[in-house]
Amino acid sequence: MATRWLPILWRLVQTIPVVIGVVIISFVLTRALPGDPAVQFAGQMATPESIEQTRVALGLDKSLPQQFLIYCKALLQGDLGRSVATGRPVLTDLSTRLPASLELTLTALVLSCLIAIPLGVLAAVRQGSWVDHLCRVLVTAGVSLPTFFTGILLIYVFYYLLGWAPSPLGRLDFVYFDPPRVTGFFLIDSVLDGDLRTFAGAAKQLALPAITLALFTLAPIARMTRAAMLTALSSDYIRTARAAGLTPRKVLFGYAFRNALLPVVTTLGMVFSFVLGANVLVEKVFAWPGIGSYAVEALVQSDYAAVQGFVLAMALLFVLINLVIDLSYTLIDPRIGFSSK
Amino acid sequence: MTDITPTQSGNGLLAHLGHVMRENPVTALSFGLFAFFVLQAFFGHLLVPYDPLATNSVRALEAPSGDHWFGTDQLGRDVFSRVIVATRLDLTISVLAVAISFVIGSVLGALAGYWGGWLDSVLNRILDTIMAFPLFVLAMGIVAALGNTVENIIYATAIINIPFYARVVRAEVNIRREAGFALAARLSGNGHMRTLAFHIFPNALPPMMVQVSLNMGWAILNAAGLSFVGLGVRPPTPEWGIMVAEGADYIISGHWWVALFPGLWLMLAVFTFNLMGDGLRDLVDPRRRT
Repeated sequence: MATRWLPILWRLVQTIPVVIGVVIISFVLTRALPGDPAVQFAGQMATPESIEQTRVALGLDKSLPQQFLIYCKALLQGDLGRSVATGRPVLTDLSTRLPASLELTLTALVLSCLIAIPLGVLAAVRQGSWVDHLCRVLVTAGVSLPTFFTGILLIYVFYYLLGWAPSPLGRLDFVYFDPPRVTGFFLIDSVLDGDLRTFAGAAKQLALPAITLALFTLAPIARMTRAAMLTALSSDYIRTARAAGLTPRKVLFGYAFRNALLPVVTTLGMVFSFVLGANVLVEKVFAWPGIGSYAVEALVQSDYAAVQGFVLAMALLFVLINLVIDLSYTLIDPRIGFSSK
Repeated sequence: MTDITPTQSGNGLLAHLGHVMRENPVTALSFGLFAFFVLQAFFGHLLVPYDPLATNSVRALEAPSGDHWFGTDQLGRDVFSRVIVATRLDLTISVLAVAISFVIGSVLGALAGYWGGWLDSVLNRILDTIMAFPLFVLAMGIVAALGNTVENIIYATAIINIPFYARVVRAEVNIRREAGFALAARLSGNGHMRTLAFHIFPNALPPMMVQVSLNMGWAILNAAGLSFVGLGVRPPTPEWGIMVAEGADYIISGHWWVALFPGLWLMLAVFTFNLMGDGLRDLVDPRRRT
């Protein structure tokens, strides 16, 4: 039984150098800032003395390795610096806004998986049929769509022309009150509160941005599902299963699909990288109060502590997601336990 | 696993190109579209009817008409002229970014794949770290740190694309390091560098070309996305991402043309490069032909 946990432990160990690398890069990004951070942090009314004081307070008068140690120490205490624009610690800002981003991202991913995986499976099973062609067109068109542009198009059609969608400003129309915060996900919180009107309102606001993001992620998932299904369907064990007289249904779902699922799950890691980036653009288009639009506002106001905190937070989130994906991969695949190194 | 042979005549390649184009009209279409964009980039500024920066507040936010094919924006500038002129900037950014990452990625990947050892491990660690960031977010961070200019958009886009090239080259070089032809080249007196550069590396070019075409699409999207969030290109300059961002403010009031046309052009350009990637794959790898 111990052999089963070994690869998982090994995978956990592997994340350590990556996390260190991420921290180093974000430190380098912080120090490569144009201008003097001390001047910036000292504020508008700074005198030369107060700038010098800030410099000492921030540890900027020390050598780079020492500064790196100070930076790491601050990170371990959860200190990402203070946002110049909001005046609050960056960590507080990020954690209040993170649920909004996660709600959007996860809804979009679930939506696109629900469409892309059946589509990819059908395209592979009926190779050359209209479903296959549809899949192909969608895949090529999907990767060419700039998310911010699709978002704007959807707003024009569903808000301006048809009037189905509420105005694309934020998570909840002002006629509703925010549900009491439990998870930070408005959909879940409103249900927990038993307030179905707020739930409907939140769902309406969420629909367009989630569809925009889902359209973007549809392509890679459908493409991978189709490819993985084709590989699985043409392999020997499928021929054997068919020859043994198993029902087509059993062959398709019990054998082919289960094996095809593994590469699809791994692709999700790559998809997440795109989604977290596209999230920033979609949040800007829909004025979604998540960490993406926070970063965009910070960029406009040259609020660098906030930007760097955002980049670091996104990278750590992505490392975590990849870890979870790889671990679930290890758990799903029964062969891992036997072929551990 | 056949390696390309240098005996393949240029004529045969042309005939093959013709065959692929006839076989797959989509590929022909993509090459046609590519030519269309290249022409725009070179001659667009000579052909457009209006100065892309000339404002005319009397005719602001006019719908598309005979005078202004794509309408006018909030300052009365001709959207058609701006969209066409922007082609050069958008293509330049992505071509330069892809070229930089192609060169750096090739050198790093080839060295790591040929010598292996600690060089390989260090490079892999660095690439892993870059890939550990959501790439667009890393690009945002780099532009924010280096300063908000067009050159820095190019560098940021190049940096986030390096891992893809380095990985492809590393893999291709690594499997051929001990191949017969490489050993033969060494035996006949070529140095390591010469063998690597002229005998092994050219074999990595076909898969690289496909990667270049697909990457061009990403690079354009990436650059436009960065300008959309307000990084890099400054407002009066015509650029697709910025034009969409400006148009976004007017879409809610129904002025769809300001955002639609630059967005369409951007989409078409990315679409062209993606289609071309598939076409190039057919061209360089007959086994993958569908």
